[in-house]
Amino acid sequence: MRPEQQGVEVAVLVSVGRHPITGRARRADQDARGLELALGLERQLSGSRVSLLHAGPRGEESEAALRGYLGMGLESLTLLEQAEGSDAIPALAEHLAAAPPQLVITGARAERGEGSGLLPYALAERLGWPLVNGLAAVEKVENGVATVLQALPRGQRRRLKVRLPAILSVDGAAPAARQSAFGPARRAELEATSVAAEPDQELAQWQLAPARKRPKRLKIVKAASARERFKAAAAKAEGGSGQVLTDVTPEQGAEAILKLLEEEGVLR
Amino acid sequence: MSEIRRRDPRREWIARNRLHPEHLSVLAEQGGGAASEWLGPNGVIRKNPHAIGFIGPNGVKRIDRSGAQQGGQAAAAGTRAAQDSRRNVIIETPAFLVAVVPELSGGRLSGHDKDLLGLARRLADADPEHPGAVLAVVFGEHKEDAFGEAGIDRLLHLDDDAYVGFAPEARLAALSAVERELAPRHWLLPDSPLGGADLGRRLALRLGERPATGVWQIEADGEAPLGWRCTARGAAESLDIQRPLPRVALALAECAEPVDETRHAAEPLSLAEAIPSALSRIEDLGQVAVDPAGVALAEAEFIVSGGNGVKDWDGFHHAAKVLGATEGASRVAVDDGFMARDRQVGATGTWVTARVYLAVGISGAIQHLQGIQSCDKVVTINLDPGCDMIKRADLAVIGDSAEILAALVAKVEQQRGGQRDAA
Repeated sequence: MRPEQQGVEVAVLVSVGRHPITGRARRADQDARGLELALGLERQLSGSRVSLLHAGPRGEESEAALRGYLGMGLESLTLLEQAEGSDAIPALAEHLAAAPPQLVITGARAERGEGSGLLPYALAERLGWPLVNGLAAVEKVENGVATVLQALPRGQRRRLKVRLPAILSVDGAAPAARQSAFGPARRAELEATSVAAEPDQELAQWQLAPARKRPKRLKIVKAASARERFKAAAAKAEGGSGQVLTDVTPEQGAEAILKLLEEEGVLR
Repeated sequence: MSEIRRRDPRREWIARNRLHPEHLSVLAEQGGGAASEWLGPNGVIRKNPHAIGFIGPNGVKRIDRSGAQQGGQAAAAGTRAAQDSRRNVIIETPAFLVAVVPELSGGRLSGHDKDLLGLARRLADADPEHPGAVLAVVFGEHKEDAFGEAGIDRLLHLDDDAYVGFAPEARLAALSAVERELAPRHWLLPDSPLGGADLGRRLALRLGERPATGVWQIEADGEAPLGWRCTARGAAESLDIQRPLPRVALALAECAEPVDETRHAAEPLSLAEAIPSALSRIEDLGQVAVDPAGVALAEAEFIVSGGNGVKDWDGFHHAAKVLGATEGASRVAVDDGFMARDRQVGATGTWVTARVYLAVGISGAIQHLQGIQSCDKVVTINLDPGCDMIKRADLAVIGDSAEILAALVAKVEQQRGGQRDAA
């Protein structure tokens, strides 16, 4: 290992997830991916340390879910104990400011509650740290600067350099989480400390309901006459307006295809 | 004297009797020849059913009851009216501003952007006495020329190198300057990964607001502070949250109907004070070349797909590699063992969303065409000019696939070689 590659301290913020079908508590998918990323970083840079942090109430169901993260190969998790329905952001910000790690990794949005994906941004704003969203991989950490890959739509990647300390948020593009082992999860420790809780009053005033199916958008035909309405209803979806090249040499055909590919800008 | 209507019973009789030799000339005198309705002397509407319709191309009289077509000229006038049917709207002194930051993927307003602008128009036009104006803040270069048709009254175009690529800090500084100077009543951003999801959350927290994210519906509500209530998705799409609309809202696609009846001014606007340059702690090193084979088929941008007509599979793989395309296949090619099962495109395999889909030797079974429904451009190389794929394709080349692919590869390699020499 080269000398400039020193270990970093990584804090992974984890939440209690919700199984999309059964609705049971589980480890949240994006947070587990974030932890997987952090564990990969630990393997890559010797001397790195990964710590787990969760703020929320302690109950039987949530404890089982949190132990799912511990089963991925960690020995302890710091639990900031709060009453149900309190705001996690002040507690987390205070804890992180007291002992600042170099990297904070978190999932993009929670699977329960408001799930607005605001937490990483709120922490970044409070702590004054830079934030990178949609992280796919951490390439290297050198001299207080991390080189990371950000996931773009359509499987594309962008390379960014970000100064530490920083907050990185992870979505579905990060590596899939490893399995959680039951035995180590049972043996690991939950270090609970209770913290002052501010109730989230705005959230309490809102009306929450199970998601309704969104109405499908109808095709609106604005035709003045019956004839136009009929034409619109009876028209085929695809108008055969394509260009067909027959009796051309392979070179001419290739030329036409190449022109279209260049117009669309898919050739790199 | 002239106010007294004088009837000529004989001429009226001729006008009613289409067998009369003077019938046509009398009709022409009465009302431009083709008048099928006129006001009679007693104030009663008279109709001439024989004047309805027109003579069709085969000399047969055709009647179109929809009223759309009254002979050749009338139809042309109708289409002209359809083109110009948008109402021009100019808002001189807006009561307030609704700021929208479109994502402009590929330099043009996306469908999501247009929906969002429709939502902004709903907010702005709620009170017809005091209409607000929609302000669009556009970063970097764009290719869009129909901002007015999308419902934008004021356009603030910020073109600077600092906004290129991933530059949330510079963009946030610019939006903060807009907030200080223009103080819009609403901020609307698309909740999409490339555009507003990141910037909108940063902006909301900078303004000290708690934004509504994943908004898909708004309703007027007198009790809310801004007069609106919204419904937003929460908790991994499993909850609907009803809350008063905050100042900053991030909306999903199809949150409102796009503007299609009015045309707005899209007046260019500029900020009086200079935007302070933000110290950036994030540096963008540009896009990384990714291995096209590793990109998931469902989200690949450019797919080269092979079917039963491909005989030279080595040439096909080589072509995909040179073009930098993700490989796909039809069911036959997979069943015959030339391609892996996870590469199958179509109803049984993957539904793809590529921008360009190059189908080589695929005749276009209905299951395959279903799978490529949402592709933008379809190019096909095929031997059979009558197959279904040709009907779907935007460009079809009839010929031997191996030869055409080889020619294409040669051209691309020649072009790249030329560029390398020039550089």
